[in-house]
Amino acid sequence: MAEIALVSNPNVGLTKAQENKKYVNDLSTLNLGPTHPATHGIFQNILTMDGETIVDAEQTVGYIHRAFEKIAERRPLYQITTLTDRMNYCSSPINNMGWHMTVEKLLGIEVPKRAQYIRVIMMELARIADHIICNSILAVDTGALTGFLYVMQWREHIYEIYEEMCGARLTTNMGRFGGMERDLSKEAIRKINVLLDDFPKVLLEFEGLVKRNRIFMDRTKDVGMISAERALNYGFTGPNLRATGVDYDVRAMNPYSSYEDFEFEVPVGTKGDTYDRFLVRGEEMWQSLNIIKQALQNLPEGPYHADAPHYYLPEKQQVYSNMEALIYHFKIVMGEIDAPVGEVYHSVEGGNGELGFYLVSDGGRAPYRLKFRRPCFIYYQAFPEMIVGTTLSDAIVTMSSMNVIAGELDV
Amino acid sequence: MTNEQIAQDLVAQFGEERIFGITENYGILNVTTTTETIIPLMHYLYQHPTFKFQFLTDLGGIQFPDVPSHEFGVIYHLHSLENNIRLIIKLYVSRENIAVPTLTGLYACANWMEREAFDFYGITFTGHPKMERILNVEDMDYHPMRKEYPLEDATREDKIDALFGR
Repeated sequence: MAEIALVSNPNVGLTKAQENKKYVNDLSTLNLGPTHPATHGIFQNILTMDGETIVDAEQTVGYIHRAFEKIAERRPLYQITTLTDRMNYCSSPINNMGWHMTVEKLLGIEVPKRAQYIRVIMMELARIADHIICNSILAVDTGALTGFLYVMQWREHIYEIYEEMCGARLTTNMGRFGGMERDLSKEAIRKINVLLDDFPKVLLEFEGLVKRNRIFMDRTKDVGMISAERALNYGFTGPNLRATGVDYDVRAMNPYSSYEDFEFEVPVGTKGDTYDRFLVRGEEMWQSLNIIKQALQNLPEGPYHADAPHYYLPEKQQVYSNMEALIYHFKIVMGEIDAPVGEVYHSVEGGNGELGFYLVSDGGRAPYRLKFRRPCFIYYQAFPEMIVGTTLSDAIVTMSSMNVIAGELDV
Repeated sequence: MTNEQIAQDLVAQFGEERIFGITENYGILNVTTTTETIIPLMHYLYQHPTFKFQFLTDLGGIQFPDVPSHEFGVIYHLHSLENNIRLIIKLYVSRENIAVPTLTGLYACANWMEREAFDFYGITFTGHPKMERILNVEDMDYHPMRKEYPLEDATREDKIDALFGR
């Protein structure tokens, strides 16, 4: 009975092999996914195999499509922040800040320097958390489990810093329009300093374990290569593009949130293979640590949020004692504040590429149209081209190194 | 190179009937064009010796139900990485005449973006290698991002829009 169900399932992609009559007796079809422990997420790939070699691949996406763009058309602006959490959930604060900056651009709110620096710290922590996962899981996929467990405790530490800042760990909903909801606490600063002091040793050890490891290098070098031209044509951004040698980084090219104040390098690779992607992410973690250190040292004094009463929730104490604060609190929470008319595009450097928000407002309380530019969705198209001619185990490693996050892919 | 120069160059090249609606939103140049012009325009921008708009950042659909003559729109976000200038190109079609030429011949990444626009709005891209739904299931018989499909159940009485500021 189970067999019959499998054959009648339209997702079983026998057609490609059948079309190609020449090979039809030799080729086999293999369903990789939708739920496969090695793909870290809900991805389906229908592979056509010639023995061990992949001849053709076809992806099916949309398994966790939640219609965020549609939902956003019915929500007041501040409620959309929680939707952005759930896109690239490995680095939620970057998504939150990106959305906040988009709305601030539309509203014309000037964010104080201190809030901008706190945002930079949080975004760079998120980038480290994102890259820790991607790189250590890549090591797991090549057989090295130890390093993964060792660095994962530092992701936990970063999550504790998030908790200090916003109370949440994974889906953070951090910050508000106009700044942060609270200042950096003493405990948060202490935890960030612990990270700055102790994480480099762990990262060095992890790199020592993996970076020049013969097995790891044999499994990743020249695997899943893509040229710079093809990568640009496929709309690659982020570490995957930089691994091919193109130095496009939104933080450097269109600085936002005071990134122009910091000294950092944009690491690039040469070949665009899995090993290069690993090295670029590794180096970016060092650069992020450097940025956090600078931001913490030069943290300006002053308010941690803008004076924007129409959009920034007042202090709870004020709500109980002050008439205006009570009115604004009510209006904000009930979503009764109209946004100005306008069209705005803003992009930030997310964990895996340029994360863009295109917001069209018709003067209503919810966006007329909101389009998320998700880096994953765009570069995952190149996956078949990158794995054709390689083996199944190389395909797994390639996918892992591309850092495709199902939540962002499918919104 | 400024937005004005780009706009002037495009109007000089294609004429005012084919390049119109020139505005600037938060520093990004917006132009509107026609279905016939979009492919030559994209090729022109790609091959231009100084502009070099060779990166398609994003592509998405939009709908304005109140304007039947150009109800559906496609919005292209281009980026010239060499000059660090962004450009938004818009294109509108009516419900009866909803076909738009595909951009997959120039940009490989347009493939899924166009499928997404088709999935959400029903905008068909002629010449596309695989014009099928991408995020929603194949047997869905409507295009969910269209404004005629409100998100919440219209029969519910406890959710009056006016009370929720919508």
